[in-house]
Amino acid sequence: MSLNKSATLSGWGKYPTVESNVLRATQLQDVPNAILQNSSPALIASGLRRSYGDSALAETTLQTEKLNQFIQFDETTGVVECAAGVSLADVLNTFVPKGWFLPVTPGTQFVTVGGAIASDVHGKNHHLDGCFSQHLISLTLCVASGEPLTCSLTEHRELFLATCGGMGLTGVILAARFKLIPIESAFIEETTWKTDNLAETLEQFETHQNATYSVAWIDGLTKGKQLGRSLLMLGEHSEKKYVSYNLKTAEPSQRNVPFNMPSALLNSVTVKAFNTLYYHKTRQKQSQRQVHYAPYFYPLDSIQNWNRLYGKKGFTQYQFVLPKEAGLEGLTEILTKIVDSKRSSFLAVLKVFGAQNANYLSFPIEGYTLAIDFKIDSTLFAFLDQLDEIVLHYGGRLYLAKDARMSERTFKLSYPQWQQFQQIRAQYGADKCFNSMQSKRLGL
Amino acid sequence: MKQNILIIGATSAIAQATLRRYASEQANLYLLGRNQAQLDTIAADAKVRGANEVHTAQLDVNQFESHQTVLNQVFDTLKTVDAVLIAHGTLPDQKACEQDVHRTMTELSTNGISTVSLLTLLANQFEKQQHGTIAVITSVAGDRGRQSNYVYGAAKGMVSIFLQGLRNRLYAHNVQVLDIKPGFVDTPMTADFKKGALWAQPEQIAKNITTAIDKKQSKTLYTPIFWMGIMFIIRSIPEAIFKRLKL
Repeated sequence: MSLNKSATLSGWGKYPTVESNVLRATQLQDVPNAILQNSSPALIASGLRRSYGDSALAETTLQTEKLNQFIQFDETTGVVECAAGVSLADVLNTFVPKGWFLPVTPGTQFVTVGGAIASDVHGKNHHLDGCFSQHLISLTLCVASGEPLTCSLTEHRELFLATCGGMGLTGVILAARFKLIPIESAFIEETTWKTDNLAETLEQFETHQNATYSVAWIDGLTKGKQLGRSLLMLGEHSEKKYVSYNLKTAEPSQRNVPFNMPSALLNSVTVKAFNTLYYHKTRQKQSQRQVHYAPYFYPLDSIQNWNRLYGKKGFTQYQFVLPKEAGLEGLTEILTKIVDSKRSSFLAVLKVFGAQNANYLSFPIEGYTLAIDFKIDSTLFAFLDQLDEIVLHYGGRLYLAKDARMSERTFKLSYPQWQQFQQIRAQYGADKCFNSMQSKRLGL
Repeated sequence: MKQNILIIGATSAIAQATLRRYASEQANLYLLGRNQAQLDTIAADAKVRGANEVHTAQLDVNQFESHQTVLNQVFDTLKTVDAVLIAHGTLPDQKACEQDVHRTMTELSTNGISTVSLLTLLANQFEKQQHGTIAVITSVAGDRGRQSNYVYGAAKGMVSIFLQGLRNRLYAHNVQVLDIKPGFVDTPMTADFKKGALWAQPEQIAKNITTAIDKKQSKTLYTPIFWMGIMFIIRSIPEAIFKRLKL
């Protein structure tokens, strides 16, 4: 393990940045050693740094991405046990050829299993299959005393509920056991529905609620009658009989953004052009294709360092969820505000969430979630504060894995179980040991 | 056909990255290293990644007298070895070595003499089986002595010359001898260095190693390849000038 190397760190959004002492764990024993030797009250584990904001930033960060060993795999049940630094890409590369797939995956495969648990990530199948933690059998958490504790729904239950979605604030996740799903091929049958407006988009989600995977790409710049026009993309794992070469894994990416682009490159004109072209890439109301899992689930993984497109100042991804009953009305209000602001964004993604789980800080609640990237400028945060108020008004909340700027008030109003979370942290001494810039900002 | 692969110093980062590649090709692996608990972790990982059989045994490379016994055990189990990778090593504290003869000797032993001992035994086995690749991780540091790490450089340089001789001797016996010279690699061994553009990840080095072994190359492999150019220049500087440089 290396000690006390200072480095300037940031999350995927390149905002904010912090000078941090970086420790790197190379074997499991390094984790309790680092915790016990650490004197600063602000230690946080980090993996592949794909959370957007400041949730993996602290005075001292413990890098866990080299704890990347598999421990066990049961070929009959698909249960895999691995150290927390194993990436989802590694899981896929190892198990897709054997006919297994992740039960839940976020929009990038470059996250660690530990990070997936800490953010309790969701995917395009949340409406049916819930979050990543719902496929966990157990996890091992190194708590403030240095002791490794096995947690599950039946063992240290409250610690388990606090740790899944707990943003690393209960301890350092060492290992996990979870269940993969069987697949017959590495391909996805994708059906795309083109919709004319938001109301139609939500209707289509409703109609296709039994589709395994569903997500809508929204044109975040068109207003009026066409507000919320979308491409709704549905997906099912291909069956063996429809594909010739079956279980191949993703090719390593060849494309890279070599340095920070001038941020003026992304302006309302270029982004409008992109959105219009993208929306019109399909002419028919409905189209179908067979596509490999990598471009289907991870379109942006094919461009290394794509976050540099937003320039040196970085960007933030604003992802909120509104309860189902607020649906059309709330989304219309927020989307109108965003379109009127002309704040450019390539990516606006809408998704329906299924039922909420029992974890204290997991983001998803039943309803609609929208995620949009915003380039950071001097007036952005004031604008986002206004959006926060609308989200709060409709009983929604923001995703901690994306957040870099939400206020303590907004957080505490929208995550009503934060006190239970704090109690568990105090019980295990985590509040005096594990803190991030985000947890301090949110008053945890 | 499933390959039989022997890895010495299996807990090193480059060795781990390499053995994972073999594991995913369902090879039979024999892993030697000092720390049994770590070997067990790595063996379990290799198994999940697809390795057919994984054997482990403890080996302290500085216990020369144990080399024969351990290697006999390896060849008794695997019968033939298609490739051996010798990857163990430390990065000496040059300044400390300058003040401590014992330390210097230990470093030379760990990084040089122990490898010579293992190679002496392995060469005879490979000569007998008439096929396979002997691959050894040395270093670009062995190409020329520099004040900043000549103890390490001397040990690695010795191994490189030894390998040259072996390559020559075993050519007629269908045995490839691969001298792998990595540049700067981001591993626990180099954790305390500031990393710049010249640094490579162990996975990249591992890919170059397995490719060279698969192609049955018998040569010096600079990895990443640009080190061939850098070291050509370093070796070409006249000593009259080189001795004045702060390298």
